[in-house]
Formats: sequence, structure tokens, C-alpha cells
Amino acid sequence: MMMNGSRDAAHALEVDRLTVSYQVRGIDRPVLREVSFEIAQGEAYGLVGESGSGKTTVAFAVMNYLPRNGKVTDGAVRLEGQDLTSMRTAEVRQLRATSLSMVYQNPGAALNPSIRVGDQLAEAFELLGAGKDEAEERSEAMLKKVQISDPGRVMRRYPHQLSGGMQQRVVIAMALAKDPTLLILDEPTTGLDATVEAEVLDLVAALREEFATSVLFISHNLAVIAKMCERVGVLYAGRLVEEGPGSEVFRDPRHPYTVGLLRCIPRGGVRKDETPLDTIPGFPPRLGAEIKGCVFAPRCGLVRDVCRQEEPPLYALGDRRTSRCHFHQEAHTLPWNAPRQLIPARHENGAPLLALEKAAKTYRQDGQDVRALSDVSLGIKPGEVLGLVGESGSGKTTLARVLLGLTSPDPGTELELAGTPLAAKVQNRSREQVRALQVVFQNPDAALNRRFSVRRILGRAVTKLRGLRGRERDARIRELAHSVRFEEGLLSARPSQLSGGLKQRVAIARAFAGDPRIVLCDEPTSALDVSVQAAILNLLAELQSREGVTYLFISHDLGVVRYISDRIAVLYLGRLMELGDAETVFNPPHHPYTEALLSAVPNIEGAERPRIRLEGEIPSAAEPPSGCVFHTRCPRFLGAICEEEEPPLAEVEPGHFMRCHIPVEELRVLQTEPPSARYQSKTTS
Amino acid sequence: MTTPEEQVLLGERPVPEAPRRAQDEARTARRERLRLLLRSRTFLAGAAIFNIFVFCAIFGAAVVPYDPLGSPADIANQLQPPSSSHFFGTDQLGRDVFSRVVVGARDILTVAPAATLLGTILGAALGLTTGYFRGTVDDVVMRIVDAFLAIPLVILALVALVALGPSKGTIIVVIGVVFAPIIARTVRAAVLAERDLDYVQAARLRNERAPYVMFAEILPNVMAPIVVEFTVRLGYAIFAIATLSFLGFGVQPPAPDWGVQIKENYIVINGGYWWPTLFPALAIASLVISINLMSDGISRTSQ
Repeated sequence: MMMNGSRDAAHALEVDRLTVSYQVRGIDRPVLREVSFEIAQGEAYGLVGESGSGKTTVAFAVMNYLPRNGKVTDGAVRLEGQDLTSMRTAEVRQLRATSLSMVYQNPGAALNPSIRVGDQLAEAFELLGAGKDEAEERSEAMLKKVQISDPGRVMRRYPHQLSGGMQQRVVIAMALAKDPTLLILDEPTTGLDATVEAEVLDLVAALREEFATSVLFISHNLAVIAKMCERVGVLYAGRLVEEGPGSEVFRDPRHPYTVGLLRCIPRGGVRKDETPLDTIPGFPPRLGAEIKGCVFAPRCGLVRDVCRQEEPPLYALGDRRTSRCHFHQEAHTLPWNAPRQLIPARHENGAPLLALEKAAKTYRQDGQDVRALSDVSLGIKPGEVLGLVGESGSGKTTLARVLLGLTSPDPGTELELAGTPLAAKVQNRSREQVRALQVVFQNPDAALNRRFSVRRILGRAVTKLRGLRGRERDARIRELAHSVRFEEGLLSARPSQLSGGLKQRVAIARAFAGDPRIVLCDEPTSALDVSVQAAILNLLAELQSREGVTYLFISHDLGVVRYISDRIAVLYLGRLMELGDAETVFNPPHHPYTEALLSAVPNIEGAERPRIRLEGEIPSAAEPPSGCVFHTRCPRFLGAICEEEEPPLAEVEPGHFMRCHIPVEELRVLQTEPPSARYQSKTTS
Repeated sequence: MTTPEEQVLLGERPVPEAPRRAQDEARTARRERLRLLLRSRTFLAGAAIFNIFVFCAIFGAAVVPYDPLGSPADIANQLQPPSSSHFFGTDQLGRDVFSRVVVGARDILTVAPAATLLGTILGAALGLTTGYFRGTVDDVVMRIVDAFLAIPLVILALVALVALGPSKGTIIVVIGVVFAPIIARTVRAAVLAERDLDYVQAARLRNERAPYVMFAEILPNVMAPIVVEFTVRLGYAIFAIATLSFLGFGVQPPAPDWGVQIKENYIVINGGYWWPTLFPALAIASLVISINLMSDGISRTSQ
């Protein structure tokens, strides 16, 4: 089935036994091996895989854009039957101008910063032979199609004057200008907020219907792929290990890697006290490493001798499904790697360990006051995990920096640690207070000094926070490494020699060096692959229950926050919108903003939730809307009262706080009704 | 260390070859970088020329055929063109130009690196301080630096040398001080990029003192631009010293300094006596070029 059909016009794209090598330091290292798949006309094909699996290389090979040290060593890429790999440069360029388009992850870098949006877009039409005026007209029409409400104004702007979501729309408009046969989307929404991502995905889905374009959708996010694509291929170490219709692959995976990957993701509202997360042992093979037998064998729980000897072929499983596993029929019996331990949720009632009263932070920017935080009062109880969610610009990071003492809040803000006042600046805090409050940053690459060995990084923290030296210091370093399951043999390594997960373990160990009472986790897993994320989440949960520390867990990933948190606080434009037990916040009744956030997140099961879309952009914190700051985007907007009066943060149920004018009982009714009825009640209210 | 069984219990089965991998990779990466440098033709060409001058500086005085300072009897031998007995000819006082060029390497190769090193140390300290503290300190210091940079280097050095009197020590201090602000700018730019990284925040959260953060945490991460800047400045320092000597404010005659030799002999070029000027000039040029080639090679492989 894979071999024939080279002239099959039904296929927009056919990738046939594609093998790509990168030449690194004079040695050819294969990064893709015999990858075969095809995309039918108008079909959306999703390619998932973790970093280093070769996803982007597939895209570059299809575009014929491989970096200079990369070359296609075998196989073919056929666009409507024409082989791209054997074409001359001029022909490929022609094809790229007319039939192939690509949308990259970072729209800010894909647009030329010094050319107005309109001129850049018009260029795409001019290339196709349109005159200046016609190109401009068509650009405007195209921007309308990507749902930009005021295309004339947007065209006169420079890319940096647009938000990330708007930029990505412009890039998509540019890509669709030529009405391409194939549109490649490489992680198109990875840098965007959940609500913006939802809008862009809706847009891509709508445009696909209109343009009947075939789509190659590349993402590490399984849920996005499940939502967008009819067929899915799972890439691991440069090999396609499983393929089939999206709904089936994710519901009934037939390769141990896919099975393991799905078990790593906190989804469907799982919580640490109900369902544990699994992890995949070991590391993916190095780029271009020579592997005998199955690529996944070293990490597979079902591995047998034959797996190490013979590379499994692509077994056809019927219904256009394939799996590259000798024991595909047993894939679902993959044993659990992580212990199936449950971590009890905590519902503490005592006095807060860390309290924040009337916290405000105003930045002075270009002569304007930007209120990053406004009147946030929050108590973190000992031993709990308080999740903090909100989109970018909501003030999450400012809140964390104020607590840590890295940013001075406005006067009037009061901080308290275990009942005693906490100075605003870290320099003015006592040694005990400094020890008590530590942090795990988002990006371990930046958080660890790249010139220091792991031993020195941990040792300095031990010396500085615990006052230990010499032998005691070494013992403590080993103890820390052990507690985060970091190999002692790697203590002399530098961060650049470690994988992302190992680096984050070092950062966690450093945070625990002085026996802290509260650890702020600022997006600790968002820079990591899902399988690594699961291991880090398990580690954090385990450390917390063992050491009895308290976490403030900041994340934009609602699945992760829901999994680990006992209570959740929702921030919007620097204001606390909702606060309550995790399950209370995630189940109706909730604040309309929380409702919209939850609705924006795609889920792997593909089940359609009643969808609520937020319109427009997050308003600027320099000019926050009057009244309730959320009223400009609120799907449940009441009327004048929302515009004029800021609702108080009221306790609507015991322990559940909400900042909304709509009575909680009404929200409960509204949010549990089926969507159609809800729409009517909204219009009548 | 945990046993494999324990690790299964703890939730992770290790892959046997995983731990060794990182260290091997570190060693290979370092060896790789060295190999790249040694394979860089630019660097090798520069290093070859530079080493010739280093050899001249160390052993030159012992191997040259004539006394570079000459003797009263030489005067009879003045302005002889290059020949087999005098490879580079003789100068106005009948001294052997070849011997003087070879021995002249010693002065330049001690004074120039010392001056550059001084400038680099001062500049790095200044750049680290202004970049790390920013705010008022930064504003004030950088405006002073701007003003300083607006004055031509040679004029500034001249004034200082006249005030302090010419000697090797003065030259080193003057050139070092003049270079410091230039180097400070480069270092400051690199520090600004570093100081916002989370490892610096993490250090502040341990309540580390500013000097520790600046010199122990940040400095190692900005060494690459500092090294490149040092090599670039070294070339300029050689030029500057030769210029000052030429103007009579640097190394003083009868020392066989290249700048001094050019100064003493350029008047007779019009008479067709090109050799006493050309050879020291070539020496300056080739030394500067060799340093620039090495600097290129280093900055290219350190990327």
C-alpha cells in the first residue's frame, strides 16, 4: 500500500520512504528513516512527536528547505504526483510560490518587522501576477477571511504593533494567498494563549472548509492534533511508529510509545488524588544514533528479544491503521512505569502560611501607569498547592516576583510569612525568610548558570541557605540529588550536557536545598516534553507530600494545574477573578472567564464541549476597561452594571470566591444548561 | 546510589548507557572545539606569524648578527641597501635594520599585551558594574564614557604622557585607561543580556552579595566577548604604541622600537633609502594582522 500510488491524483502529498540525514561534524546522521504517509485532497494530517523526533525536518523536507547540512538520502516527496526531491531549484521555487505554504511557530519572526503588514501581504499576490491595486484589494479581502475585523487599519500597521494572535492570522492569510495545494502548519499555536489558540484553530478549521486545502499539521500537543486532523502519524526518533485516524489512534493506541505518551498527559480532569500519571523511562536515542531493532525497544516495557534484533515493519492493522510494533496487539498491556501512587489532596483550614494583602504593582511605561496587579489578597495555606492560572498579561509572574521580593510592590501592599511581616525586598528579609521562600523557574536553561557544574550549583545553595561546608555540604548535595533522582555520577556535568528534564531536576533540587516552606513553581513544566513533564509533575507532587512544603503553582496549562492543585486562583488583568478548591473552580458554577478558559482548551478525547469563544484581545493593563475589567470580552455580559461598577470578590459558597455581578445560582443554571437554551437565556437576560 | 530495583520502585528505570553519555559528550565537545580551532586555517596562519614574533622577542637578542644598538664605528656603514651581510640593510647611523627589527619585537610584545590586559580588566570591571546595577550609576558612568570616547585616542594619550613623562610603565597605564571605556561598553552589553536571566534571580533569592553575583556568576558567562575584545584591542594597542613612539612620546631612542625606527628614518625615504622605514612598518603590519587572524579564528569557533 505504501509502495504504489505514486501517480495517484487523490493524494495531495505523498511522502514515500523519506530518509533525511544531517551532516554533523563531518558525519552523516540520519534523522528521518523511511517515513511514509500520504495526505488526501482536502485532508488534514497531523504529525505528533516530542522534540527531536524529526517533525520539523519532515516539514522542511517537504518544502525543500532543509538546512545546508541536511539532505534527502532516499525516498521521495510527491506533491500531486510530482517528485519534489528530484526537482531543480527553479522549479521548486515556482512550486513554493504557487502550491506550497508554510506557517511557522513564531509569527513575530515570520513577518518582516520593517515592512507594513499590508505591503507584505500584497507581495504574495504580486508574485502571482496581480497588479498593485488588485494586490491591495485582494489583501484586504484575505484579511477579512482570516477574521480581522478592521483590515484597512491592520494593513497600515507594522507587525510589532499587532498581538501574537493577529500576527499569526496575517501569516495564515499570507500562506493562503496563493490558494495552496498543501498548507504546512508547524506548531502554529504553541506560543499563543489558550483563548487565542482556540480562535486560531477555529479559523484554520473554517478556512480548510473554504479553501479545500490539504493540511500537514505538526504539533507536540496531542489534543490540538486530535481536534484538527482526520489522520494522525506518531513520530519517534525519526520513524513513524503509528498511523491512523486521529480519533482511533488516541482512543485505542497500538504502539507502546503512543500508549505511554497518552498516559503521561494529565487530561480529562484527572487529579493527583485520583489518577497517577505514568512516565516513559529513559531518554530518546541521540540524533542519528544507529539502532538495531525497534527504536523504542530500550524504553519499552513490553520489550522482548526479537525487538532488539529485528526492526518491526509497519504492520497494517486494517482501516488504514499501521503500527511499527511486533506486539501491536498487546500495546495496551504496557506495564506502568511510574508507581501508581496517589497523592492526597489537602484541604487545610488553618491560618495562611504566606499572605498577601491588597497587593498592587504599577509599572511606569512610556508615561503611562500600567497596573500589573491590582488589589490582590490571597492566603496560601500550609501544605497546600495553590494553582495560579491566567493568560499572558494577567499578572501571574508579577505576583510571583512580588512574593519572592524581586519586584517591589506599590505601597500599601502587605506581605506576611507565618504571621510575621515580610519585607518587600529580598535583601531586607531575614535569612530564615529567604530560606523559606524559593522558586523553580520555567526555563531551566536560563535558571542554571551554564558555566557551573551541577555540584557547584547545588553546593552554593546549600552553603548559602543552610550554612553547611565541607563534608556536610557534600552529603547534603548527594541527598538532594537523590531526592530528585538525579544520578550522582552526573554531578560534575554542566547544564548544557543534561536533557531538559534533568536540568529541571537540578533546579528543583536547588529550590529544596535550604528546606523551604514554600516553593513557587513558575510554569515549571511548560518548556518540557509531555513525557518529561509527567515525571517532573510526579516528582513535585511526591516531594510536596514527603517534605510537607507548600506550592504556589503557576501555569497556563489547565490540565496540569487541575492535576496538581488543591486550590486554584484565576487572574485576569491583574485582578483575582475566582478562588476556590480545584474541583469547585473547574466545575460549574464558575466565573465566566474561567468558563471561557476551560472551553478554549481542546481535549484529546475529541468530545465537543459547549464552546464559548472570547472575542478580541486582552485589553491593555495601561487602560483597563471600566467597571468589571472582563466586561469587554464577557460571554455572559449583563448590562450597564458590568460597565460601571467593579464587582467585589465575594464568597459565593464556603471557600469559593468570585468577582462577578451575576448571582452564583444564576451562573449555576446558565452553565449547566445545554448550549442552545443557554444562548436564549443570555439574550433574554 | 539506588539499585535498579529501587529505581523501578521510585518510578524510573534507568537506561544503562544514559549517565555516561553526558560526560562523554562534554569531553568530545571540548575536544571538538579545540580541533575546530586547530583546523581553522585563519587561526593557524595567524598563530604561525605570531609565534615567529614571540620567538624574536624571547631569543632575538641572542641570535641576531649585530648589536641592535650599534657602535660608534657603524657610522661609516650608514644607509647600506639590503645585502647578504645586512638582510634589511642599515640605517642612518649604520645600525643593522634586521637586528633592530628582530629585537624590537620584545618591547612591543611586553608593553602592548600588558596595556591591553590592564584595559580589559578595568573595562570588564566597569562594564560589569554599570551593566549589573543599571540605573543612575549606569547613566552617569556611560555618559562619562561617551565623552571620553569623543576625544581622539592619540591626543588623550599624548596629554597624559606629557604630564607623566614617557616610560614603559606610563605607556601601559595610559593605553590601558584609554581602552577601558571601549571594552566596558562591550562587556556592559553582554552583562545586560545576562542579568535578566533566571540564574541571576536565583542568586538574588539566596541573598548573594552584588560582587559575588557579578564576578562569580555573571563574569564566566561573558568571558567569550571579553576574550574576543582583548585580541581585537591587542592589535590596536600595537598601533597606538607605534604611533606614540613615532611622535616621540612613547618608547625613547635608542631603543630598537619599530615606531622609533620609522620616526628616525622616514626623512630619508625621499632620498631613495626605503629599507630602514619599510621593514619595521612591515613588522608592525604583520604582527597586527597575525593577531587579527587569530582573533577571527577564536571568535568563529567560540560561536
